[in-house]
Amino acid sequence: MAEDIWGLPRIYGKGTVVCMKQTNLKHMNLKQTKLKQKITLYAVLKNISLWSFSLCCLIPFLLLIISSFSEDSAIMRYGYSFFPKEWSLDAYIYLFSQGGKILHAYGISVFVTVLGTLMGLAMTLMLAYPLSRPELPGRGIFSFFVLFTLLFNGGLVPSYIMWTTVFHLKNTIWALLFPNLMVKAFFVIMARSYFRTGIPGEILESARMDGASELKIFVRIVLPLTKPLISTLVLFIGLAYWNDWNNGLIYLTDTNLFSIQNVLNEMIKSIQALSTMGGIASSRVQMPSNTVRMAIAVVGTLPLLIAYPFLQKGFVKGIVMGGVKG
Amino acid sequence: MRIEYELKPGQNSMEMSGGYGVKRKKLWRDIKKYRHLYLLMIPGVIYLIVNNYLPMAGLVIAFKRVNFQVGIWQSPWCGLENFKYLFRTKDAWTITRNTIAYNVVFIVLALIVSVALAVFLSEIKKMKLRSFHQACILIPYIISYVVVSYLVYAFLGTNGLVNKGILLPAGKGAVNWYMESKYWPFILVFVNTWKNAGYASVIYLATILGFDESIYEAAMLDGASGWQKIRYLTLPLLKPTMITLTMLNVGRIFYSDFGLFYQVPQNSGAILDVTNVLDTYVYRGLLELGDISMSSAAGLYQSLVGFAIILLANVLVRKISPDDAMF
Repeated sequence: MAEDIWGLPRIYGKGTVVCMKQTNLKHMNLKQTKLKQKITLYAVLKNISLWSFSLCCLIPFLLLIISSFSEDSAIMRYGYSFFPKEWSLDAYIYLFSQGGKILHAYGISVFVTVLGTLMGLAMTLMLAYPLSRPELPGRGIFSFFVLFTLLFNGGLVPSYIMWTTVFHLKNTIWALLFPNLMVKAFFVIMARSYFRTGIPGEILESARMDGASELKIFVRIVLPLTKPLISTLVLFIGLAYWNDWNNGLIYLTDTNLFSIQNVLNEMIKSIQALSTMGGIASSRVQMPSNTVRMAIAVVGTLPLLIAYPFLQKGFVKGIVMGGVKG
Repeated sequence: MRIEYELKPGQNSMEMSGGYGVKRKKLWRDIKKYRHLYLLMIPGVIYLIVNNYLPMAGLVIAFKRVNFQVGIWQSPWCGLENFKYLFRTKDAWTITRNTIAYNVVFIVLALIVSVALAVFLSEIKKMKLRSFHQACILIPYIISYVVVSYLVYAFLGTNGLVNKGILLPAGKGAVNWYMESKYWPFILVFVNTWKNAGYASVIYLATILGFDESIYEAAMLDGASGWQKIRYLTLPLLKPTMITLTMLNVGRIFYSDFGLFYQVPQNSGAILDVTNVLDTYVYRGLLELGDISMSSAAGLYQSLVGFAIILLANVLVRKISPDDAMF
């Protein structure tokens, strides 16, 4: 099983092409011509469903972006639309005038993502590699120790109490860093099977013969051989940190520590509060609230959307890597 | 001489070395020999102990009448009182029903949609077109639920596309989507499928592309139609993967995505009867209502039943295809 897991990305890249043109014309009888008509109907349905699903995934982002460039009063009247009556940069001008807060949140997001990813990556690799070595005494116990966290957990209440009363994480930046995200059993298990199948035992054996210490083998030989694993882990741990709003929601009330996701979360709540207060609020607050809301979502999502075309292949590889042996 | 004591993987140390005393000696020697490997594991192990294992001990809070004046650990025990209260409320039934019912629909729909997408994708011969489609259907997966809630809001908000762009021109009155529970089961199912189908379809696609081409060529020579190839080749070959992924989801049937049920309905109180699940109930009890005893009781209920279901799902997997069992 394991061997073909790591073969998959290669097979995937090769692109299996079943050669349709080779259909032997001599074998085609009347029945098959009928079948051929069926195929075209199927092909039409197939293309329609594929395209509609793909567009379904793209269009909301388009609406988001177009709305953010619309005139606020037009949205009040005609709603969010793909074809706004008037274009406007007001929302972005407003956002830039308030720029400090968003830039600050970006800074927090970047800091937490970089630090969290580095620490998470190091801990995951360091935990997974020894578990991949069949000759390590106690390997089974440690493996179960990791696996069990996937099966059973204490849940939110005890975690919250522990992080806030024992570690005093409430309203510190560490609240965005430590709870839940750093080492995930799923990634440890994925990395373990990568080490086990991706690194030939002979290499380790010969390094040991040469008198290299286990630490040296890990750093000098194993890590350079696991670049695909490392890039996958960076991608997925990084994405989890960048997208996380949960820790901020639970552990932060100090808006100065909010990551960009927490600011987004706060904005959708607070503008909602404004709109329910009705006319009073909108006359007091000089902001194009309908479009600002969309603009801030665009600003928050943009880095990911820009990076996405370059990362897409990595995501696909990573999903395949982790998904086949879940 | 060290080499002599080295064990090959899978070899029983007893065979090599006779008695227990020697074995223990060898074990110590091995532990010492691999001490660097143990050192490597320390940070990760400490993290898992703190983040995952310590809170497990905290589950006993569910059996206490929490009093913040005296502190949590000094609070008096109250037996099953919290659970009695929890299960006497209507909420207990609502959140259990919602959690399981939504998950069942999600699992079935995700299976159908993602397998269909994967089969369709696998038939696209042009690599560029295929990766374009794949890129599109994966976008929702990498976006956080906060952003998803904005996207949904653009469609369903007071000034949303649906109200002002479709219903108003059609002469119908605007719907206050965030206040009407009857629409939310459909909205949540749609959003969940939209967000997660891409992920599973990538796995299915990779599996399909890994199949041996020659069987498809043979089927074609035998005159199999496109649909016949799917029905009699692709789907049966895909079955093990379908079972594995589905059982993984079945194991998580007592857990739900907090973001989907909290962010997408924007925490609207009016529709709680169809959006409240165990995870959101625990969160609200702890941080919005300050009802820690209910919250911890619901948390323990989720942990225990969830654990039992995961074990059960794994037993099933082991029966169906032993290779894919988690343990």
